[in-house]
Amino acid sequence: MHIPDGYLGPRTYGTLFAVMVPVWAAASWKLNRTLKARQVPYLAIGAAFSFVIMMFNIPVVGGTTGHAAGAALVAILIGPWAATISVSVALIIQALLFGDGGITAIGANCFNIAAAGSFSGYLVYRALAVGSAVPSRRGWIAAGAAAYVSLNLSALLTAVQLGLQPVLEVSSEGHPLYAPFPLKVTVPVMMLEHLLLFGIVEAFITVMVIRYIQKNEPELLE
Amino acid sequence: MIEMRNIRKRLQNMQTHNKLWFGIGLLALLSPLGILLPSLFNSGGAWGEWGLADLERMVGFAPEGMKHSSDLWNAPMPDYALPGQGTGRLSESLGYLLTGIVGIAVTVAAAYGIAKALAGKSAKEKDVRNGHG
Repeated sequence: MHIPDGYLGPRTYGTLFAVMVPVWAAASWKLNRTLKARQVPYLAIGAAFSFVIMMFNIPVVGGTTGHAAGAALVAILIGPWAATISVSVALIIQALLFGDGGITAIGANCFNIAAAGSFSGYLVYRALAVGSAVPSRRGWIAAGAAAYVSLNLSALLTAVQLGLQPVLEVSSEGHPLYAPFPLKVTVPVMMLEHLLLFGIVEAFITVMVIRYIQKNEPELLE
Repeated sequence: MIEMRNIRKRLQNMQTHNKLWFGIGLLALLSPLGILLPSLFNSGGAWGEWGLADLERMVGFAPEGMKHSSDLWNAPMPDYALPGQGTGRLSESLGYLLTGIVGIAVTVAAAYGIAKALAGKSAKEKDVRNGHG
């Protein structure tokens, strides 16, 4: 799901940088007004969690690999703006130090995984868990659904951006200049593996952590 | 057994964020599974993240724009491997673990710095306003 350099044309990655800069600015503005000193470690923990959970590549036998991203869980615990910053930091470090995701694609990957992942997860959780007690079964089911939707939305956005390249970026002879696969390939392939496997893993991890927190650290959910 | 109970008890008495740090540490130590399992199950990399040569093999040509931009950035630890590390599962797992720890440390430092700057000078005032003076 980390789009490498060379897969997106400049118009696509430029647009997604142009979208992410104001999102980062809005997140900073928002946190500047609301973030309390005692909450600072939680942003760092959220970034660390997202970083480390993405290291757990889950194999499809004889096929590809994928991983959870943790954006929904982090957003449930620290809010979507803080989670967008935390997960963005993890993604930017992955690109700079490890070449995991391209530097030209930092805007795209942060949009797909950090911003869309955090906000979708947070909204689904709030919609389903509203008014539920802590701990409650509804609370952790809501978290699992949020995580599932979140990762699949990130995968869908990635697939759409890749699949649009052969339409948006072609040479004068009609050859694709960047990612060569059309939407009718990228969307089914990416969605099948995320809907059937990686999304379920993301939901499972999120439910495990939320259940632990419901039981042992309920104040984090209030 | 006594050892286990002591650890449990100490865990229960930890502050919330210390417990979460403990969890991060545990995940970091387990992270080599993220490279061992795909290797055991014969899985390649993630879909859509191939290098230029692999993609060329798959589709029969190297897209012109990709040729000029795929190696734009030379990451110091590409694919979570230490510079000059050996091949084989043990070296790769060890490299993955160590580079992962470096990555987590840098991520934590960066996120902590940003969060601290955002909480900033007004942090005390915000705590007072929210009744945590």
